[in-house]
Amino acid sequence: MDLQNLWFVLIGILWAGYFLLEGFDFGVGMLLPFLPRNERERGFMFSTIGPVWDGNEVWLVVAGGATFAAFPSWYATMFSGFYIALLLLLFFLIIRVLSFEWRGKSKSPRWRAVWLGCNAVGSFGASLIWGVAFAALLYGVPINSSGDFSGTFWDLFNLYTVLGGVAVVLVFACHGATFLTLRTTGDLCERAKMAARSLSIAAAIAAGGFLALTVDVAVNHNDKDVFPPILPAAAGILALVLAVVFVFMRRSAWAFAMTALGAMLVVATIFTSLYPRVMVSSTDFANSLTVDGASSQHYTLAVMSVVALICVPIILLYQSWTYHVFRARVGGEEPPHTPVDVLPGKTGDSPTG
Amino acid sequence: MFVLASTTVNLARAQFATTSLYHFLFVPLTLGLGPIVATMQTLWLRSGDERWLRLTKFFGTLFLINFAIGVATGLVQEFQFGMNWSIYSKYVGNVFGAPLAIEGLAAFFLESTFLGLWIFGWNRLSPRVHLATLWIAVIGSWMSAYFILVANSFMQDPVGYKVENGEAVLTSVWALLSSEWALWAFGHTIFAGLTAGSAVVFGVCCWHFARGRNVELFKPAAKLALIVLVPISCVNLWFGSHFGIIVEELQPMKIAASEAQWDTCSSCSFSLFQIGGFTESDQKPSFSIEVPDMLSFLATGSLHGTVQGLNNLNQQYKQQYRKQFGASQSYLPPVRAIYWSMRGMAYAGSLIALVAIVGAMLYWKKRLEKWRWFCWVGVVTAFLPFVAMTFGWLLTELGRQPWIVQGLLLTDRASSPSVSTTWLVISLTTFVLLYAFLLVLDIGLMRHYANLDPGEADSGEGEAPESPPAVAY
Repeated sequence: MDLQNLWFVLIGILWAGYFLLEGFDFGVGMLLPFLPRNERERGFMFSTIGPVWDGNEVWLVVAGGATFAAFPSWYATMFSGFYIALLLLLFFLIIRVLSFEWRGKSKSPRWRAVWLGCNAVGSFGASLIWGVAFAALLYGVPINSSGDFSGTFWDLFNLYTVLGGVAVVLVFACHGATFLTLRTTGDLCERAKMAARSLSIAAAIAAGGFLALTVDVAVNHNDKDVFPPILPAAAGILALVLAVVFVFMRRSAWAFAMTALGAMLVVATIFTSLYPRVMVSSTDFANSLTVDGASSQHYTLAVMSVVALICVPIILLYQSWTYHVFRARVGGEEPPHTPVDVLPGKTGDSPTG
Repeated sequence: MFVLASTTVNLARAQFATTSLYHFLFVPLTLGLGPIVATMQTLWLRSGDERWLRLTKFFGTLFLINFAIGVATGLVQEFQFGMNWSIYSKYVGNVFGAPLAIEGLAAFFLESTFLGLWIFGWNRLSPRVHLATLWIAVIGSWMSAYFILVANSFMQDPVGYKVENGEAVLTSVWALLSSEWALWAFGHTIFAGLTAGSAVVFGVCCWHFARGRNVELFKPAAKLALIVLVPISCVNLWFGSHFGIIVEELQPMKIAASEAQWDTCSSCSFSLFQIGGFTESDQKPSFSIEVPDMLSFLATGSLHGTVQGLNNLNQQYKQQYRKQFGASQSYLPPVRAIYWSMRGMAYAGSLIALVAIVGAMLYWKKRLEKWRWFCWVGVVTAFLPFVAMTFGWLLTELGRQPWIVQGLLLTDRASSPSVSTTWLVISLTTFVLLYAFLLVLDIGLMRHYANLDPGEADSGEGEAPESPPAVAY
């Protein structure tokens, strides 16, 4: 495999990692207004993702940076073309990022409710936009002969891409619910299990439909054969159906594994369907951006491959360690801590432990 | 923000300036406050002195409030190249994209993951490991700054590339990473960050001294802040001026503009203040206060050195780039703005160093907390590093104009062709409103938390009766 193709796969993996990790962050965010019954439970819910959301979001930063470096033309056309959508996305992500740190530092119940709302709206909006945007890459948007986007904001929307948005929202919400069943205790955990039931069915239907349609779009809009896109699509549908089964069997860990797999396979299906193109043109198919045409030169890709080869295993190691450190369920008697809250003399902290 | 021009390029520039300057209000606090908080925690671990623990938590909170907004506005930075500057992105992606991607892989992952561990790891990690997580996050943030400045240095002084088929292509990653411009900018930025971090700590201490509160607790913090602030702010004055000599070699136009020096001169004098003399049609200031030979010294390191003038350089570039960009293209940057940015930065920087030295003397004589009026000066000084850095970036980026990549690509030919004026108006308005709102909130939160008595049982949960005081978020 030459380096262009390797980087196409690597960027796919980065996005899959982003969907897997930020997927449950977004899901927990979307469930914030519905699951908790009191301020204490709201705090617990925030705490389940508190230590990890920032590290998860870096997957997006790196996916964006890697696209810039490895496929400058793809980055340029996609980011300038999806302008308003990405502006909205940034807005949603900003209010969401701030809600984490600032909710706990706001005194009035009203502000705390506002920040909670920001997290929920931001999570929902960002998920929706990612779904629409990825679907639009494959469905096709107007691209002229010099490789620039030539359409409007509304060219991103059609039945297929909107279904993509809805599917991603539901998969993430369900992924968040299965995550909560592993990370909370008591009533909150029970409610998360109940939510996972209806959400898993909805996600399986919406994402199943979307994945099936994706194969059709790949054939009709991107000149692909049914094979290989059908492989990740079928695997994705299977994973989401199994997620329903495990949710109802109350096998939480398995259910979470399946929603995780489902979220990643959505990305895998889109990328498999795209290849060898990275952005399909709806004005003239010949204007579509391709892996070869949009990529950087060999030397840049070689440098980045070396860096990725060294860094990615280390990142995986320390991010897994983070999940290991915070593996305990949140809730019950032992509340989580931040530097602000742990007061000297109260907790018995001392240098010697 | 600066020029309300109707063209898309100017709107895109205004947006980039607004979002970058805003982002950089929060970055230096991460770079500078991070290591200071980590030092406080180290001192606590070493001495067992409870006061250091309380200070760690107190300043750690201020650090985190700003870190959140830095992360949020940083995303905008990464997206903006592609959104508003697609031609630029295609042109430089081969070279410029690499340090950005490496930044994410090697630095930002480290910073974000380990900061999460620090925030939530107080009771889950052993004290030593917990302390290590903060130091690792600090190292991550410094590495992050380095890679971003490597990317920026390519716009100022492109190295390690060749132009192929109308695109810049990377030829040597080592040349890029060891770019002289990048290394000096990194040093200058880290020192500026440490200055900002320690000035904020010092300012908060002064705030408490001025009101006679928690004096005993904040004394060691003020001492620590001064130990950092006095040498670093002084060294950075020297460092910045030496950086000027490097810039004179690489971007002589920037230096000429920052002094409004129209004609080439030797033994040039430095004007402290001048009225007029900022445009091609009005090159002689009507009034100025000058220090003889000082400009030659600042720009070349020698009292009699030759400093190239704007007119010469403009002619030289016109000759050099006539074929590429036509004879009518002018290569003069906005002189007036650059002249005052340079002075804003240098004067603010000098003032910080002065206050720091006086503060250290008062501290040494055990007078600091008694001289209330000086404490108020210390409070105000906490804002000065941000003024200095804003002017510094204006100097750096305005001084590069009309180039987006020095000598390779012009700014007004680099914006996104598919992005309409309407879209830009929408996005600029959104960012300005959102950022203004966030700044008000940030200052409100900072004020509230800077005003607390450390160790006071206020974690922002006090008014929600059903919540236990220790729920994190």
